[in-house]
Amino acid sequence: MSSNTPGGKPTHYVAPIEETPLVEIDSVKVRTDEKPSNLWRDAWRDLRGRPLFWLSSALILLIAIVALFPGLFTQVDPNSGCLLANSNGGPTSGHPLGFTKQGCDIYSRIIHGTSTSVAVGFIVILITTTLGLVAGAVSGFYGGWLDAVISRVGDIFFSIPYILAAVVVMSVLSAYRSVWVISLAIGLFAWPVVARVLRSEILRVKASDFVMAAEALGVSRFKILVRHVLPNSIAPVIVITTISLASAIVAEATLSFLGVGLPTSTMSWGNDISAAQVDLRTAPQTLILPSIALSITVFAFITLGEVLRDALDPKARAQR
Amino acid sequence: MRRIGLGAAAIVAASALVLTGCAGGDGGNEGNNAGGVITTNGSEPQNPLVPTNTNETGGGKILDAIFAGLVYYDGEGAAHNDVAESIETEDSQTYTITLREGLEFTNGEPVNADSFIDAWNYGALLSNEQLSSYFFEDIEGFSWDEDSELTGLEKVSETEFTVTLKQPLSDFPLRLGYSAYYPLPASAFEDMDAFGENPVGNGPYMLDGEGAWKHDERITLAVNPDYDGPREPQNDGLEIVFYASQDAAYADLQGGNLDVLDAIPDAAFGTYQDDLGDRWVNQPAAIFQSFTIPERLAHWSGEEGNLRRQAVSMAINRDEITEVIFQGTRTPASDFTSPVIDGWTDELEGAEALEYNPEEAQRLWAEADAINPFTGSFQIAYNADGGHQSWVDAVANSVKNTLGIDASGQPYPTFAEARTLITERQIQTAFRTGWQADYPGLYNFLGPLYATNAGSNDGDYSNPEFDALLAEGATSTEIEEGTALFQQAQEILLQDLPVIPLWYSNVTGGWGEDVENVTFGWNSVPLYHEITKG
Amino acid sequence: MARYLLWRVLQAIPVLIGTTFLIYFMVFAMPGDPILALFGDKTPNPALLARLRAEYHLDEPFIVQYWYYFTGIFQGDFGTSFTGEPTTEILARTFPVTIRLAVLAMLFQSIAGILVGLVSGLRKGKLFDASALAVSLVLISLPIFVVAFVAQYVFGIQLGWARTTVGAGAPWADLVLPALVLASVSFAQIVRLTRASVIETQGLDFVRTAYGKGLSRSRVIPVHILRNSLIPVVTYLGTDFGVLLVGATVTEGIFNVPGVGRTLYQAILRGEGPTVVSFVTVMVLIYLVVNLVIDLLYAVLDPRIRYVK
Repeated sequence: MSSNTPGGKPTHYVAPIEETPLVEIDSVKVRTDEKPSNLWRDAWRDLRGRPLFWLSSALILLIAIVALFPGLFTQVDPNSGCLLANSNGGPTSGHPLGFTKQGCDIYSRIIHGTSTSVAVGFIVILITTTLGLVAGAVSGFYGGWLDAVISRVGDIFFSIPYILAAVVVMSVLSAYRSVWVISLAIGLFAWPVVARVLRSEILRVKASDFVMAAEALGVSRFKILVRHVLPNSIAPVIVITTISLASAIVAEATLSFLGVGLPTSTMSWGNDISAAQVDLRTAPQTLILPSIALSITVFAFITLGEVLRDALDPKARAQR
Repeated sequence: MRRIGLGAAAIVAASALVLTGCAGGDGGNEGNNAGGVITTNGSEPQNPLVPTNTNETGGGKILDAIFAGLVYYDGEGAAHNDVAESIETEDSQTYTITLREGLEFTNGEPVNADSFIDAWNYGALLSNEQLSSYFFEDIEGFSWDEDSELTGLEKVSETEFTVTLKQPLSDFPLRLGYSAYYPLPASAFEDMDAFGENPVGNGPYMLDGEGAWKHDERITLAVNPDYDGPREPQNDGLEIVFYASQDAAYADLQGGNLDVLDAIPDAAFGTYQDDLGDRWVNQPAAIFQSFTIPERLAHWSGEEGNLRRQAVSMAINRDEITEVIFQGTRTPASDFTSPVIDGWTDELEGAEALEYNPEEAQRLWAEADAINPFTGSFQIAYNADGGHQSWVDAVANSVKNTLGIDASGQPYPTFAEARTLITERQIQTAFRTGWQADYPGLYNFLGPLYATNAGSNDGDYSNPEFDALLAEGATSTEIEEGTALFQQAQEILLQDLPVIPLWYSNVTGGWGEDVENVTFGWNSVPLYHEITKG
Repeated sequence: MARYLLWRVLQAIPVLIGTTFLIYFMVFAMPGDPILALFGDKTPNPALLARLRAEYHLDEPFIVQYWYYFTGIFQGDFGTSFTGEPTTEILARTFPVTIRLAVLAMLFQSIAGILVGLVSGLRKGKLFDASALAVSLVLISLPIFVVAFVAQYVFGIQLGWARTTVGAGAPWADLVLPALVLASVSFAQIVRLTRASVIETQGLDFVRTAYGKGLSRSRVIPVHILRNSLIPVVTYLGTDFGVLLVGATVTEGIFNVPGVGRTLYQAILRGEGPTVVSFVTVMVLIYLVVNLVIDLLYAVLDPRIRYVK
């Protein structure tokens, strides 16, 4: 290519190796060591040109700061000084979003509820993704009796009515109702979705040419799974995970509503959303405002998940 | 000018009413078939439809429609004879009950003394395990230890029998309108399970054929043509649709699929008056709500406890909570009974303990702290499956704001769990309590709840002075005298505050444009037989 | 193929035993005495309480209770509810209703979800894609009772397009609105899944080859892109069918559908062991069948996937 372009002379010029496609094959040894960092470097180069990446990252950073240091954003104590005289009241000075039915400051409750809600969301997806990844990968890739056992265990967990499971787990552990326990109660029964979807993707990817090629080259089964199959099957898992973050936060609301949630003194968006449902027609803002906080969080994570996936996926990148 | 105009408008409106009234009359026959089957809300009965085995409103509502008892209650809660011709006594211990002649169940069997004696014996027998068996425990012969016959029931003739009680009870005739005392036909005892599925009664309505009870969906009742008692139906039947949530029932009322609703859901408290125009009711009912602070809790007994109880009670702004949280669908309590009960008064001595008084509350609390400083927090336990969270939170906030202590609600997921902890005395906090009367009498609100060792005395309250007044009132043969004694007993309760009275639940009902003459009885159930449609 | 089917059917046996045992244990482990709850706020006499507890074997250890239930099954006795109604009758009247509801919801969510997801994926980053994301976000962030309540109020009461609740016999027409509400929950997931899958498939060689061969978009999109993007979506739909069967508690309550979700929830709250176990057993069976069908569908969607045992 480069041989006949610059000068245009039809000489038998031999290009230096750096200028030929062979460079990749020749320098393969050097590059394997660097390959991961290169993948990430490519991804980074790709990411920093995307406004959506910056937007979602900024939002997540903001949410993290709010969760860790709520005191920076409000001086109002969310749980005391709730006066019924202010019930469902509109904004007043010092209370920019108005009041809940119990007369508590909505803005302060949203700010102080952030850490609980975000933590529940994160721990749940941590549990479901870890369990789901391992179970789905093993059952999809290795198949056979491992698949049978894992899939059927998943079936059992998944067919247990969610409410029953949550009530039992939360009641048995009622003395330790913390963010961790409630997340466990939610996550323990939700991982089969991730497992099944990943399994199905792996079944598909497993049959691809590049997997067969790797097998033919004698790459070990485990390496094939981790290096080739998983990265190509991960897209739907990312989608489910980012949305599950929202489902988990909403599920925490349902559990609070059923009386098996966090102590009522703990602030959380879910608690407030479920408490506001009776006033849906008369004071919808008490429900909508915490829902908006939830939407923003979910938007940030869905968007980040998607740009990350695009950046890490060479095929999708090539397409643009 | 304006005045005349207004008057004219009123006349036009009135004559329009008369005209439609005439049209309605012309359309059908004059009288009791004023047209239409009334659809109303209910809930799936939780037991077979056997009167002595039904203790919840879903089944009770149906039984009240298909059975007629010795007496019935009118809208004000006054008892009138129905099947009974007369109920007589000299000493309030032995009652002679005479039945009207010629009455029949809808299967043709006669309603006679045996129908009552056998039904009551069935309901009382320990091995029959009937949920309402305690209604017979005052009748001679009743036993909680072994199967035994109610020897206090004696047949005099086909239409007359006598009841002998273990001790005098002046309000016994008043109790007889409750469903546990309904008669049963002889055929019922052949197979009570089958009977419970297709009950045969003697009331104003009857099941509309075999299988009229469609489980979890609805039950259809037709008018009993042979019923000639005081509750003669003014409509063509009842269709009771079972709802799992009141919200769904309310939506159906608005959507025109339901004629009469007897409980407006919380979510509509703020809007029902706009939604329904003038087709709603909101009046006190025979339901008393409170929370109980068991005496066994530290800080809550003796002199210190008494001060704290008074302080907590005065720290609760009942007026504001009933207005804001319940939108006026609860009435702040001024005693331990209910305004719909004969003899109720809001002028009891010591009733000021139920009024919001933050300064006095703080003073009393400080006085108690001087005896023994308060430690820990104040919590009110409740079951999360009953929609109690918002008022418990509001009460806790009111206490917290007034007394400056840590106060909060303590939810338990199921009613069963909360009830079990309460019954087994394991609960270590205050807890929600409520009482819906079985029959419209003061004693029913006091005896079972606060007498020493009484069945529902969940806080283990005991005061010999109270017990003595209560017993005296229950056995007194004069109504007024009994009432006065019960009021004295309540004044003791107001000093001791074994429970903190909160409010009386109102009955909040609504109805559609097609129906008229909707009134609600003392027990929050509409007087279905009076409703007309079309 | 036949051997694979047999192998899957055999797997159902341990699953059924495991599930019934687990569920029975969970109901047993639920705190609170269901008999006490039957008496409401009124405390029953201890003698009566003890007798009732004995009648329902609630005074015996867990393993004995389970044994009574398990041996009863082989005599065709699946237990009774506290109302005295045989559990089998409860199953027979609730499952048909809920299955109708679930099928409708499934239909709505898969058609709408896949279509919107496909278009979003094909027009990535365009206005349609952004609007789909916005709608999804709203639906995800609102609890289902809000969606149900608003739908009932707007379509049932204000506009009068649908019956506010489900009427006698739960006809199909009455189930449309609750099914739409149910479908809204998973709609977002399906849109996002389809979209991601479509974007990925679009970049694959065979799609470029197909375009390269000169095939039109109207042929490439449904045959090459969509079919190859459906595997994760179909899997998700399969797991979701189970969720629709039990998870419809709230929706069934608001629209008064006499189905599984509503009845099962009541049974759980009341602590009716036999009823809950029977429901879940049927659930597991349905779930096993659905998952089997989906596993077989993979082979249809992607011929390279083969089943061998």
